Amino acid sequence: MESRVKIEYASKNFGSVVALKNASLSVQPGEVVLIIGPSGSGKSTLLRCVNRLEHLSSGEIWVNGRRITDPHGDIRGIREEVGMVFQNFHLFPHLDAISNITLAPRTVKKVPKDEAEERGRALLKRVGLSDKEFSYPDQLSGGQQQRVAIARALAMDPQIMLFDEPTSALDPEMIKEVLDVMLDLARDGMTMLVVSHEMGFARAAADTVVFMDQGEIIEKGSPAGIFDSPREERTRKFLKHIL
Amino acid sequence: MAEVDGDRRYRDAVRETRIAVTDGTLIPDRDEKAIFSAWRISFFGAIALLVILPVFSPRPYLDIIRFIPDGVFRTLQVTVLSIMLALVIGLIAGLGRISRVTVINRIATIYVEVIRGIPLLVQLFYIYYALGALVQLPRLTSAVIAMSVCYGAYMGEIFRAGILSIPKGQMEAALALGMSRSQALRKVILPQTLRVILPPVGNEFIALLKDSSLVSVIAVSDLLRRGREYAATTFRYFETFTVIALVYLILTLFFSRLVAYMEDRMARRGK
Repeated sequence: MESRVKIEYASKNFGSVVALKNASLSVQPGEVVLIIGPSGSGKSTLLRCVNRLEHLSSGEIWVNGRRITDPHGDIRGIREEVGMVFQNFHLFPHLDAISNITLAPRTVKKVPKDEAEERGRALLKRVGLSDKEFSYPDQLSGGQQQRVAIARALAMDPQIMLFDEPTSALDPEMIKEVLDVMLDLARDGMTMLVVSHEMGFARAAADTVVFMDQGEIIEKGSPAGIFDSPREERTRKFLKHIL
Repeated sequence: MAEVDGDRRYRDAVRETRIAVTDGTLIPDRDEKAIFSAWRISFFGAIALLVILPVFSPRPYLDIIRFIPDGVFRTLQVTVLSIMLALVIGLIAGLGRISRVTVINRIATIYVEVIRGIPLLVQLFYIYYALGALVQLPRLTSAVIAMSVCYGAYMGEIFRAGILSIPKGQMEAALALGMSRSQALRKVILPQTLRVILPPVGNEFIALLKDSSLVSVIAVSDLLRRGREYAATTFRYFETFTVIALVYLILTLFFSRLVAYMEDRMARRGK
């Protein structure tokens, strides 16, 4: 089967800082990949290169068989297929929850208002926020904002979802409500690339865990394999810190 | 309450962003007691004077007050038309200033630099007399063009600062959803920018109202010009310019309060 995401020898420099070094990874349809590693290890950069919020310095990335590193490629078309959830939510503060969700379908796909809102309400229900349709972001808690942000990404019917530390900015009591939504998505067969250190989520939903350090992919394997018997010394050291 | 959520911080940051362009009057916010009370004293004091003077000495004050209303109208007309055109020019200049296309960026920057380096009065003469040699423009049109080309440069800087004050994550979120840059700009960035730039735009409006008195030199019959016409025939300079000053003061104080009120409304909306 064709990979949903295929990354080959991806490298990225910010000036003289090496953020990514020859990273290669392929993600199959329905696979949930968790990327872990110390801060500054290039996890987020790798994720942001998949929908070209960052440009690779060298290497190639394909999404659904389309080469996104092609400078003349249809990047917007590819981005429609790749949803992204950010650490700080980045909801649109001037729009209420439902408008946050319907903006992109209406603007990009020209979905009629009624249809977009109906779908938006269904998505709000799915993330457990049916009663927050008309709430503005600053009236919502962090966990609620992040769930709206997930619904907003889902509204474009993506085939791949990227999660960039989705629970890092949340208070502990709000983390579970966001992880539950993500677990639900994983069970539904969504292809997911998740940068996170949530071990509970990893064990419950991840098919593959990737450990990165200093821009390199050090090792990858099943959650049990990586967490219980890591092969690399660096992985062992890191896991000791976070477990 | 431990609220550590990112967008709220951003939102607060956006709300607290103040772009300081100082030339207008102080914007009287109800929370700032000293300014608000000074505003009340000046505003109602000016109105009281304008009522008392003609009552106690109808000649010449009542005559002056009867003489100038169409000047007031002309002043407001020039101001409102100019600010609207300046907003359009400012939006274009502001977008040009942040454009990544070098040519567009240079043109916008040169426009801003050149205009800000030439006194408004000289620009007025230039557009009216110099361009008048090429195309015959009505005086009012010349005045509005000159005022808005000048203020458009300042407005462009306000738009630029306003757009840049919106967190980068907003553009990224829009792009990640498949929007084009221009869609993201129109639907996500500019609506948030308008909120941020309202106070400095209000300031510009008031500054423009005052600067509009310059158009009297190209024979537009604004408030100042009407006053000069009256004084020229009656030689009542002191009385005439007292009234003119009071009317300008009432206008600017009225609009500064209106701007403060609109700011307040904006801050409350969507909470």
